[in-house]
Amino acid sequence: MSETDKQFNIRDYLREYLFPHFLCPGCGHGIALRALLWAIDELDIDKDRLAFVSGIGCSGRLGNYIDANTFHVTHGRPLAFATGLKLARPDLEVIVITGDGDCLAIGGNHLIHACRRNLNITCMMLNNEVYGMTGGQVSPTTSNERYTTTTPFGNHEPVFDACALAEAAGAGMVGREITLQTPGLKDVFKQGLAHPGFSFIEVMSDCTEVFGRKNELGNSAEMVLTQKASVRPDYLEDAVDQPFHPHHIKTGVLAKNDRPEYAESYRKYIEEMKRERDHA
Amino acid sequence: MPDSAPTETLNLPGNHACALGAIAAGCRFFAGYPITPSSEIAERMSAELPRVDGVFIQMEDEIASMGAILGASMGGTKAMTATSGPGFSLKQENLGYAAGAEIPCVIVNVMRGGPSTGLPTRPAQGDVMQARWGTHGDHPVVVITPDSVPEIYAQTIRAFNLSEQLRVPVVMLYDEALGHLIEQVRLASSGDVEIADRKWATDPQPGFLPYASGDDLVPEMVRPGDGFRTHTTGLTHAENGFPTQDPEVVDQYMRRILDKLEIHKDLIESYETIATEDADYLVVAFGITARAARRAIKQAREQGIRVGMFRPITLWPFPVEAFESIVDGKCGVLVAEMNAGQLITEIERYRPAGCCIEGFNRIDGETITPRQILNSLQELADRE
Repeated sequence: MSETDKQFNIRDYLREYLFPHFLCPGCGHGIALRALLWAIDELDIDKDRLAFVSGIGCSGRLGNYIDANTFHVTHGRPLAFATGLKLARPDLEVIVITGDGDCLAIGGNHLIHACRRNLNITCMMLNNEVYGMTGGQVSPTTSNERYTTTTPFGNHEPVFDACALAEAAGAGMVGREITLQTPGLKDVFKQGLAHPGFSFIEVMSDCTEVFGRKNELGNSAEMVLTQKASVRPDYLEDAVDQPFHPHHIKTGVLAKNDRPEYAESYRKYIEEMKRERDHA
Repeated sequence: MPDSAPTETLNLPGNHACALGAIAAGCRFFAGYPITPSSEIAERMSAELPRVDGVFIQMEDEIASMGAILGASMGGTKAMTATSGPGFSLKQENLGYAAGAEIPCVIVNVMRGGPSTGLPTRPAQGDVMQARWGTHGDHPVVVITPDSVPEIYAQTIRAFNLSEQLRVPVVMLYDEALGHLIEQVRLASSGDVEIADRKWATDPQPGFLPYASGDDLVPEMVRPGDGFRTHTTGLTHAENGFPTQDPEVVDQYMRRILDKLEIHKDLIESYETIATEDADYLVVAFGITARAARRAIKQAREQGIRVGMFRPITLWPFPVEAFESIVDGKCGVLVAEMNAGQLITEIERYRPAGCCIEGFNRIDGETITPRQILNSLQELADRE
């Protein structure tokens, strides 16, 4: 345990007066939030400057519990709201919390354009392969042949690889991590928060109560151990990303791209316009 | 105002007047998506905003544009978007968020023919009811319908003032013909324009209630970064900002956001009357149709039919008391509108005993002419 870990107290960042929280036992979302707050603590970001924008679903409700400026917006739209907020208030550290349904299905259009613009926002997508809050329907990341309430005979649809999508669309930084590797996840968040551009971080979360139970995947511990066996951390030499391979899903920082940041290039655009006006 | 701000009298199309009105009102953020016949608003804003250190962004769709202006407004900046029929449909989701979470914003809908893709380049007034009831659930919204280019300019400023003061979405509703009509507009100089700003909360004490309000029913707005660290949500919420299902608290919240407009109706309501005092008949018309009605009234009076006009400028909330006092004692009312009969359903609610209410409706993508209104008035008068 590092020196900084001893100092990090998650309670400094929570609205404990709202407890008990609404997450089910075994849900990975709380661990992901812990890693995110831990990264924020290590980067020493002022809570008053922190703005969380979240969408609808289990992921979206995490904002309730964070002692910061929290905005719980409409389904799939947190990146759109965050774009306006960050452009109007570049002084804020804007973090989006979203889920696989919120971000990749109803919000998919906003995701690809947020990646393309490369505005300095950090986006945490919690992927639990299912619409948990509405009772367990199939999502764009539900694995093949898994059972959900709307795939009673097993999922026949192809799966989205969110990280490959984000990288192709131009995100400044792309990362993926499992919740079991909490310090590793914290480090990915730190890199995302420090990166001056759009950072997309997929957390492989787990939905034990709804998805796990339906598919007989065992308890939470068994589910995260199965996840661990499916991934290859980026420091391993054979860590080649094969997203749908049972043992070769790469974790860590998957891509970094030093493209111009949106607000920065907009400011230059305005300065250029003013220079031309002054000369005119 | 910056040195580049024009302060003279200009010939402007309605859509440019709308953009310049927004700038004069203090709008410093615009997000939009191209759509006929409103695109000139976005184009003008893209040229004006950088000059005043504002931000223009063309988003990926109408939904995102509406989301982005709410994000900017929650950050403390006055913000606007502009669209037309199909885009207005897409904006309804986040317009409801603005109504429920009480985020100030201005939405311009330059009406074209519908339904669906309809008549992109033709005028219509078919969004009267969508502007009022387009998003789901009971909700407050203010809708303003100017009838000239100078009025588009002045009422856009007023739309921002109302939105900021009452924390309510305000819709500017006019049609393609007005959007592209060129008229002379005297621009406001920095001194002679009245600007209202939202009330800011200033004292971040523990236990602060972001959705508690005084007698005016408008909570003070919290600016991120000022130390409040509050929660904003589209879920039905208690005064502390967090979601609730407690029937008593839900009822208080719902009644407050709806009553907010009722108690401020003197501030919101606006209308014009022409020659109503001695009139036997009344034309009710708004926007471009009111211009035709003005001429028809004059011609009707030349023929001995005593007609006046009631023109709602604030379409929603409808100026009920003003209308009721004017319609009292009239023999008949003609509601002229470029739709199949939308505003008339509101007018019929206030029909005095013995008063006949008729509609003249045009739904072919053309504006209503003075002759058509005159003919309808003659028919109404002949029936007596």
